[in-house]
Amino acid sequence: MNRWLPFEWIAAVRFLLEGLLQTLVILGGIAIGVGVIVFMSAMLAGLQANFIKRVLTSQPQIQLIPLDQVARPLRNAKGTIEAPIVQRPTQRVLSIDQWQKIRDEMQARPDVVTVAPTASGSGLALRGDANRAITLTGMEPENYFNIVRVPDYIVAGDAQVTSEGILVGTELANNLGASLGDKINVTTAQGGNRILTITGIFDLGNKGANQRSTFVTLRTAQSLLGLIGGVTTLDLTVTDIYAAENIARDIQASHPVEADSWIKTNAQFFTAVQAQQNSNTLIRAFVGLSVAFGIAAVLIVSVIQRSKDIGILRAMGTKREQILRVFLIQGGILGFLGSLVGSVLGAGALILWHSVARQVDGSELFPLIIESQLFVYSAALATLTGVIAAIAPALRAARLDPVVAIRG
Amino acid sequence: MAEVLKLEQIKKSYNLGTAVETEVLHGIDLSMQSGDFLALMGPSGSGKSTLLNIIGLLDRPTSGRLLINAQDTGRLGDAALTRLRGETIGFIFQYHYLISAFTAHENVMMPMLVDRGHPDAEMAKRADVLLERVGLSRWRNNNAMNMSGGQQQRVAIARALAMNPDLVLADEPTGNLDTKSANAVFELMREINRERGTTFLLVTHNDDLAKRCDRIVQVVDGSLAT
Ligand SMILES: Nc1ncnc2c1ncn2[C@@H]1O[C@H](COP(=O)(O)OP(=O)(O)OP(=O)(O)O)[C@@H](O)[C@H]1O
Ligand SMILES: [Mg+2]
Repeated sequence: MNRWLPFEWIAAVRFLLEGLLQTLVILGGIAIGVGVIVFMSAMLAGLQANFIKRVLTSQPQIQLIPLDQVARPLRNAKGTIEAPIVQRPTQRVLSIDQWQKIRDEMQARPDVVTVAPTASGSGLALRGDANRAITLTGMEPENYFNIVRVPDYIVAGDAQVTSEGILVGTELANNLGASLGDKINVTTAQGGNRILTITGIFDLGNKGANQRSTFVTLRTAQSLLGLIGGVTTLDLTVTDIYAAENIARDIQASHPVEADSWIKTNAQFFTAVQAQQNSNTLIRAFVGLSVAFGIAAVLIVSVIQRSKDIGILRAMGTKREQILRVFLIQGGILGFLGSLVGSVLGAGALILWHSVARQVDGSELFPLIIESQLFVYSAALATLTGVIAAIAPALRAARLDPVVAIRG
Repeated sequence: MAEVLKLEQIKKSYNLGTAVETEVLHGIDLSMQSGDFLALMGPSGSGKSTLLNIIGLLDRPTSGRLLINAQDTGRLGDAALTRLRGETIGFIFQYHYLISAFTAHENVMMPMLVDRGHPDAEMAKRADVLLERVGLSRWRNNNAMNMSGGQQQRVAIARALAMNPDLVLADEPTGNLDTKSANAVFELMREINRERGTTFLLVTHNDDLAKRCDRIVQVVDGSLAT
C-alpha cells in the first residue's frame, strides 16, 4: 500500500483494478468519446484557422474609406419650396480628408498594428490590341505588404515595385500576352496615362483577383487617379482580429470616415463558423452526457456488486463520507484516465487524417493544430464529468444499510 | 470488573406502523463483563442476528437502552455511532469474510487504515503481529479469496482484533466450516479471550462449542431464556 495515498484512494484504485474488465470497457468508452471531441475540436480549429489565415493575409482587417457624399438641397430664403426629388450624387473617387492626421492617430492606437494608406481606383491596361479593365492599387510596400502578403503570392519576378513598375496577376498577364519585364500602358478615366513595366506577377489563388488586381506605388497611383497627395483608403490590421468590429465602430464614431471591419465584410463566413461551433458544442454535450451515463452505469453495478464489502467496511467503522469519496474518486479516475487515452487516440486520428486528407492541389486540408491546452481542458472536463457521474452511485453506496448489505 | 455491555428492555420491531408490523425482540435484558465469553443460541429466526446487529451499533433498537462501556448509545448520531463502533467493536461474520480486493495482511490493516486515514508502518507491523498470532504469516500477501474458509475466518479474527476492541461480536463464525476448522477457529477465539481478556459474544448452533463457553444465553422467539 502506498504510504502517501489516503484510504479512499487506495480503496478506489483497488476496486477499479479488481474489476479490471469492467474498468477497461468503460475506459474504452470514455476514451472514444474524448477522442471524438479532441479530434473534432482540433480539426475544426485547424479548418477555421486556415480560413481565417487565408482571409487575413489577403485583406485588411479594417478599412477606412471616405464618407458617402450626400446631396444637400439648397434652401434659399424663407418660403422657398425645396426640390421634391433629391438625387443621390454619384460617388467620385475622393481622398480621405486629412488622411495623414487620421493615419497618425491610428498608429497611436494600441490596438492597431499596421496602417497602410492606399490610393485605388479603376483603370485600363493596354498592350498592343489587348486591353483589360483593372483595379489600380497604389500603396507603400513596407506597410501594405504587412496586410496583404503579395510577396507570398509572387510567381515570377519579385514584389519590389518602383515608380515605373507594376505588379499584375497571372490572368491579366495572360490576357495581355505580357510577361515579366514587358511594358503595359495604363490609363484612367481621370486622364492619367503611364507606361509601366511588369516587375512581378502574382497568383492570389482566385481567378477574378488575378485578372483585375494590380499594385503600383502610392505616388504612381495618385498621379494616375488625379489624387495628388490623397489616398482613398486606410487599411488597418489590429492586435485582436475578433475585436475588429468594435474597433471599427469606435473609429467611425470618432473620425469622419467609414470604417468597415473584416467581420462585417465576411459576415457569411462568421455565420458559418458560428453554426459549426454550435453543432460542435451540441456534439460535445451529447458525447459528454453518454460518457457520464456510462460511468454512472458501471459504478452503480460496482456498488451493487460490492455491497457486502461496503457493509463490512461500514461495520469496521468506515464513515459514510469515506465510502462516498471512494466512489467519487473512482469516477474521477475513470474520467481522467479515459481522457488521457482518448487524447492520444484523438491526436493519433488527427495526425493520420491530416496526412491523408488533402486539398485538390495537394496542400493540407487544415493545419495540424494540437494545443496542449485542449488536452488539459478535456482531461479536466472528463475528470469532472466522472466525479459528477459518480455522485448518484456514491450516494447509494454511502447510504447503504450495513445490516441489509451484510445479510445479503 | 467493568461492564462492557448492558441491554435494558431492548425491543425491535420491523415494518413499524404498517399492517405487517412484527416485533422480533420483546425486551431483552443482558449484561456482559469484561473478559466474558458468551454463547448466544436459539432456533433459526429467533432474533439472534437482529440482537447482534443492535449490539454492534449497525441497527437501532425500537426501544430500550443499550450501554457500551457504560455509555448510553441511544442519543448518539450516526457519525458518533460509526466512530464508537470502529473503536470498541470487532465483527466476525459467517459468510463474507474478507474484502477480496485486498491481501490478507491488508484486510487486517483495514480497520486501522479506515480509522487513521493513511497507511503507516506501525499499523502494518501490528497487522503482521496479528497474522502471526492466528498462524497465517505465510499467507500474508495472499489475496483474501485464495484461502480456505477456515483460513479466511482466522484472518477475519485478526482483523476484528486490529483496533483492540473491547467487544468482539461473532455471528455464526464457524457455521460454514467443517468440524476440524470450526474447532480450530473456536479455540483461537477462546485463547485470545484468555490472553487478552477480550470480551466475545458468539452466536452458534453448535452445542459442543457452546458448552466450552463461559455462559450460554438462549434466545427463543425474541426473548431470553437463560
Ligand atoms: N428487515 C427485516 N424486515 C422484517 N423482518 C425481518 C427483517 N430482518 C429480520 N426479520 C425477521 O426477524 C426475525 C429474526 O431474524 P434474525 O435474522 O435475527 O434471526 P436469527 O436468529 O439470526 O436466525 P438464523 O439462526 O437463521 O440466523 C426473523 O423472523 C426475520 O424474518
Ligand atoms: Mg442469524
